[in-house]
Amino acid sequence: MLSDWLYVGIFLVIATFLPFVAITLAGILGPKKPNRLKSTIYECGIETVGETWVQFRAQYYIFALVFVVFDVETVLLYPWAVAYNQLGLFAVAEAVLFVLILFAALVYAWRKGALRWF
Amino acid sequence: MGFIQFLIDPVTFIARWLQMLLAGWGVPAGWTQFILFVLGAGALGTGALMFTIALIWFERKLIGRFQDRFGPNRVGPWGIFQPFADMGKIFTKEYITPDGADPVPFYLAPILVVMSVVSLWAVIPFTLTVVGVELNVGVLYIIGIGGIGELAIIFAGWGSNNKYAMLAAFRALAQLISYEVPMVIALLVPVMFAGKMGLNDIARAQDIWYIVLCPLAALIFFITSTAENGRTPFDLLEADSELVAGFNIEYSGLRFGFYYVADFLHAFTIGLLFAILFLGGWRGPFVEQVPVLGVFYLFAKAGIVYFIGNWMRASLPRFRIDQMMDINWKILTPTALVLVMLTAVVDKLIASELLYLQAAVLFVLNVVLLVVIGKVIDWYWAHRPRPKVVATPRPVARYERSSAQSHPGAGQ
Repeated sequence: MLSDWLYVGIFLVIATFLPFVAITLAGILGPKKPNRLKSTIYECGIETVGETWVQFRAQYYIFALVFVVFDVETVLLYPWAVAYNQLGLFAVAEAVLFVLILFAALVYAWRKGALRWF
Repeated sequence: MGFIQFLIDPVTFIARWLQMLLAGWGVPAGWTQFILFVLGAGALGTGALMFTIALIWFERKLIGRFQDRFGPNRVGPWGIFQPFADMGKIFTKEYITPDGADPVPFYLAPILVVMSVVSLWAVIPFTLTVVGVELNVGVLYIIGIGGIGELAIIFAGWGSNNKYAMLAAFRALAQLISYEVPMVIALLVPVMFAGKMGLNDIARAQDIWYIVLCPLAALIFFITSTAENGRTPFDLLEADSELVAGFNIEYSGLRFGFYYVADFLHAFTIGLLFAILFLGGWRGPFVEQVPVLGVFYLFAKAGIVYFIGNWMRASLPRFRIDQMMDINWKILTPTALVLVMLTAVVDKLIASELLYLQAAVLFVLNVVLLVVIGKVIDWYWAHRPRPKVVATPRPVARYERSSAQSHPGAGQ
């Protein structure tokens, strides 16, 4: 069990290491001739104005909030799904109730206009 | 005898041989395990990245044929050395770091985006004996690792010090996290049938392929994972004609190339995951006796899914961003929720001894649900709220004789 996670850890390290090596290698092989104009920011050929990290539309934030609600709630269903074959009808009905609450949340978000892009 | 064993199950054979060799050298058992882990992970990770080279050639050739072209055909027979030529070129390109870039996220993003895809290969069971690790929470691992890719994209957009890149990264993130919701819900269904979350356990449990038991969940998984990959019709994250190039605009050289390496590898990895979750994975005739056959079965099934993905890529136009969000939140998510509820209840109500009857009922249920949803969408489309078009006279420019005359150029 623990050795499984050791393997995952090793794999993650190696999966990070391989692209790192490739990028470093390409950095050594490639030419290095920086100049002022080359390193300017590419925004349609016009010089950039002001800060980049400006405020943006709040709608992104609302989508992210809805996502967090749904993802967390759905992950709670996974233990139920694993035990599904051993469960009786009552536990299934409870899960259905849970999903219905999720559904109600979706309908609420929909009615409130949280799912509208424009 | 040894040679036949090697042919039947090469990876286990090599692992045993290495284990014996290391034990012969007097290496402690714990270290032997560790060395085997490192070698296995290294081989698998490198293999995945090398496989991408073949995928790039194959996909370019395929897309070429779809578009009535030859595809690459100059470098080597059938152009098979084209990706190597491209690699040679991209390895010798200059890295350009834009002014004022945030270095940590900027440099980390291309590494993370490849890592997020390669890491998925750790839990993929290639055949019943060859699997990186039989993680008992495999499905959750896949979903979790998907999050690293999203992190990489927001890093790329944030670190580039470019407004377009950041805007594209926000759009990409909105798409990726949205499509994760129906994907997570749809993946509940195979987990429910198998009673396990490990990918090898799910493959082992598929006496009947899950695409028969839950075709709708398979469809939702396919659509959402295509969107997670950012392929056509969901390629808004790097819509070249709209967003200059998307979140990766400020990258150059191999840093830029790695986004495409990740993209190509992810496309096939989706095929692998789909094959394992819904098409029985490595299962096929004689696989119990000759485990190495499982690899061929898995790759053949994954190849079919990959081909369909490319077919879709070559045939469908891109969605608009609001359409894409509506497809996700107003069609796929409710469908997935209803599907999970109905599947749970119906599967519990009908007798589980009659396996084929159960499969038939579930299949019919899925098809009926699909038809009903199609009808609902049709109805909604016919009755969709439309802004009333009212023709009002709009005075754009008034012609006034006196001012026109006073202008020196406008003489009569």
